[in-house]
Amino acid sequence: MTSHYDVVVVGGGHAGCEAASAAARAGARTALVTLRFDTIGVMSCNPAIGGLGKGHLVREIDAMDGLMGRIADAAGIQFRLLNRRKGPAVRGPRTQADRKLYRLAMQEAIRQQNDLDVIEGEVLDFEIADGRVAAVLVSGDRRLACGAVVLTTGTFLRGLIHIGEKKIVAGRMNEQASMGLSATMARAGFKLGRLKTGTPPRLDGRTIDWASLESQAADEDPVPFSLMTDRIANPQIHCGITRTMPATHELIRANLGRSAMYSGSIEGVGPRYCPSIEDKIVKFGDREGHQIFLEPEGLVDDTVYPNGISTSLPEDVQLAILKTIPGLEKATMLQPGYAIEYDHVDPRELKTTLETKRVDGLFLAGQINGTTGYEEAGAQGLLAGINAARKAAGDDDVVLSRTEAYIGVMVDDLTSRGIAEPYRMFTSRAEFRLSLRADNADERLTPLAEKLGIVSPERLQRFGDMAQKLDVARALAKSVTWTPNEAARHGLEINKDGVRRSAYELLAHPGVDMAWLSRVEPRFATLDSKTAERLETEAKYSVYLDRQQADVAQIRHEEARLIPEAIDFSDVPGLSNELKQKMKLRQPRSIADAQRMEGMTPAALAIIVAHVRNAELAARRSVA
Amino acid sequence: MVSPMASKDSIVALSSGRLPAGIAVIRISGPTTRFVVETIAGPVKDRLTTLRRLKAVDGSVIDHGVVLFFPGPGSFTGEDVAEFQVHGSRAVAAKVLQTITSFEGVRHAEPGEFTRRAFLNGRLDLVETEALADLVNAETEAQRRFALSNAEGAQSELYSSWRRRLIHARAMIEAEIDFADEDDVPGSVSEAVWSDVAAMIGEIERHVEGFKAAEIIRDGFEVVILGAPNAGKSSLFNALARREAAIVTDEPGTTRDLLEVAMDLNGLKVRIVDTAGLRDAAGKVESIGIERARAKAGATDLVLLLEDMADPVAVSDVPNEVPLLRIGTKSDIARAGAGDGYDLVISTKVGAGIERLLKEIGDRAAAAVRNAGDVLPSRLRHVELLSETRDFLRAALSGQSQELRAEELRLAADRLGRIIGAVDVEDLLDVIFSQFCIGK
Repeated sequence: MTSHYDVVVVGGGHAGCEAASAAARAGARTALVTLRFDTIGVMSCNPAIGGLGKGHLVREIDAMDGLMGRIADAAGIQFRLLNRRKGPAVRGPRTQADRKLYRLAMQEAIRQQNDLDVIEGEVLDFEIADGRVAAVLVSGDRRLACGAVVLTTGTFLRGLIHIGEKKIVAGRMNEQASMGLSATMARAGFKLGRLKTGTPPRLDGRTIDWASLESQAADEDPVPFSLMTDRIANPQIHCGITRTMPATHELIRANLGRSAMYSGSIEGVGPRYCPSIEDKIVKFGDREGHQIFLEPEGLVDDTVYPNGISTSLPEDVQLAILKTIPGLEKATMLQPGYAIEYDHVDPRELKTTLETKRVDGLFLAGQINGTTGYEEAGAQGLLAGINAARKAAGDDDVVLSRTEAYIGVMVDDLTSRGIAEPYRMFTSRAEFRLSLRADNADERLTPLAEKLGIVSPERLQRFGDMAQKLDVARALAKSVTWTPNEAARHGLEINKDGVRRSAYELLAHPGVDMAWLSRVEPRFATLDSKTAERLETEAKYSVYLDRQQADVAQIRHEEARLIPEAIDFSDVPGLSNELKQKMKLRQPRSIADAQRMEGMTPAALAIIVAHVRNAELAARRSVA
Repeated sequence: MVSPMASKDSIVALSSGRLPAGIAVIRISGPTTRFVVETIAGPVKDRLTTLRRLKAVDGSVIDHGVVLFFPGPGSFTGEDVAEFQVHGSRAVAAKVLQTITSFEGVRHAEPGEFTRRAFLNGRLDLVETEALADLVNAETEAQRRFALSNAEGAQSELYSSWRRRLIHARAMIEAEIDFADEDDVPGSVSEAVWSDVAAMIGEIERHVEGFKAAEIIRDGFEVVILGAPNAGKSSLFNALARREAAIVTDEPGTTRDLLEVAMDLNGLKVRIVDTAGLRDAAGKVESIGIERARAKAGATDLVLLLEDMADPVAVSDVPNEVPLLRIGTKSDIARAGAGDGYDLVISTKVGAGIERLLKEIGDRAAAAVRNAGDVLPSRLRHVELLSETRDFLRAALSGQSQELRAEELRLAADRLGRIIGAVDVEDLLDVIFSQFCIGK
């Protein structure tokens, strides 16, 4: 039986949900195929959303009217803003989430979405006609003819769970792996790799001695992820903190040979920033102890996630380890920790739209591209969903640049460099970190999302109001000026050069904040607190943003140099894919043009200049 | 690993010196290299010398010669490269070159093209490329030593070591930012790096100061001869140059332009500059010459102020910020005791005092480069970028909030990277993950 869709999304995890929602919002008739409706929105590993770098991705997903931010707000039970004492550019919103609330809220959002059907079944294969994907074949003899497919297989592609010596073929604990699709991908010629990730045992919270443990509270004023969330309604919980002990370390060392990781039965590469407890002991055994956060998985759920002891040791060793850890001496295990290996596609097989170069209309998002993390998956799902819908409709591609979004940084990293371990976002990956902030995600991306037609009227209304307030505040801050002498009368010592400085400029000065401005000029006191905070942040970094521009301008001595049309930059090693594509698309006429292109780096420009020189010499030679 | 850029053309050139000579070395680089070698010399083993009969396209023997084949990308240019060592006659070299260029896709190389390909294919960094050019052009022993040490990477190594320290510093700062919630990254870890950043600022400053010495080695120690008209400047210049480079007459003011001669003094290049005679009442054209003489003397390494001891004429506006030797000339005709008050007295006519003067110049030139460190910045480009690196490091040291200090460090690393090669974020992550147990 054949049904017809514009876009078929395979998988109902974080990438799949964002992809399906984005495609449907973009106007595509969309089907989401998953084994079971009730596993949609499951958090397979740690019950938390956001963090450093990751929180930025969630804010960007939200700015484009994606789901993750709103769902996390609805399910969050311990909001904390990381790096609160550092500058706004590197603050990372994070919350622990109630697993059940998260899953249900996500399922509700999927159910509510127009033009989106959920189809329960196993995807067996897809049809390719003339190099373009034509249909998805689903168990029960169902054929979904479509214009584009988004594949989000997570850890299910030839998934293999390891618990000590035990091996289980599965995509997640107690869920069937997908074997056929992996073969399909290999047959289509995709370069597959093998990665590994792990998860800790789950504990029964009623058997933990909480009273003996240190605890960590949520922030007093939880900051929501979404522009659409006014306040966090859930009660906020505490986490427990404990540590591994010398006895723990001895036990692990004695049993290393029984760990799947160290017995040689795992071939996949795991992430360095999320090591198993075995890894920690082997590599950093000299540390006095390793911290463990005991994170309750829900408000009415006794399951506890011991963050920090992901492991592939056998069950009996896992239990013995728990006995050595303060507070967990009597803890019982609800599910053992395990390592899981899965197939992924080399992301260099992808365009910056996340469409594969090999098969037209086939998009990949999430762990299949070698990333790790819900946020990384969701962000890719969003971009793939938008582009899949546009592909099906015959519209232009949408690409995000490194200069405008963390999503752009991630996609450029993946598609131009590939991966050596599961890829996770960090703020240090974003060279324009000072301008890609969590606080300005809406301003950076909502206008684009509006153009793409994927934003609800409610959000546009809110965004418009917010942007307008900020415009007014910015105009005010730029119009109010003081001389150095006037500023000195208000207690601010600045360079006595006689130059008038605006409030906006003065905000970059260490001694100036909104409180100071409000004292000196009462009109600033009338700004609402959110607008005031945004203005302060923006102004604080504006000097640096100007300097970044100035940096680019500094290489101007090559400005007049023209780029011969004959040069094909797609063969030039050392240029990122994004730049190669842009050079092709924009055909910059001069080095100065190339320099002004988004995403241009000094190193890339040097390479371009060298090749232009080379071509000039070649031209001179052919004349001579 | 970046694959070498595909050049469509293969290039060939005579890579040894002027012919005739004992042997001539002809080098070819590019995609056609293997085909050319196998056609004219038959199959050869990689990287091993083979004695072969070299045959022209029509099968006739050109010469017996040694053939060496270096497969890319591990070759000098990163492409397939071969060398033919043949007998060094003009006729043999010409025939080999003509035979090779008759292959399709092979042409004569432009000057420096082998090196340029090596750079484009990532076989040499910028600094090494620059140093190699210097080595090929070296005239004096000091230039050779300096260029060789840079071509072998002494300068690159110094910058690389700063780069490694900067990567470490940045990694510590970034670790605190990106892993603030990790137990293993205590909040104070970055404090330790700031003392190293401060030390690095000092090292960069001292290194940059050595540029003066590097310039002297590269461009020569400059000596400007100054004096009133007819003080004997051109005679001295010619005596030093040991040739008739400047027109010498008794008419005052005939050397209107700056004349220059380069010599090798104890392995150091020394440039002697003759100037127009300084006098106040001068014609328009002559005034320009005098102006130039003063400007030149104001920024030189050593001024020789000449005065005719037989007929001393005081000159005005002698630059006082540069080292200066007062030299009495024409000692052969000067009265006894006229030499008092001069650092040296000479007579070009009888050749008196010239050797002493040369020794003095040589000593001063040697002293000018002696105090410099072992490794010197060799280009103004290096100095400018290093100065910017230093400025950003200073800003980082005194910065307020951590992400802004990190930004200054990023900019510093970028400037350093522009000298030799970029700093990659993966480098930072490698350091972070090797030092901290990340993952709670």
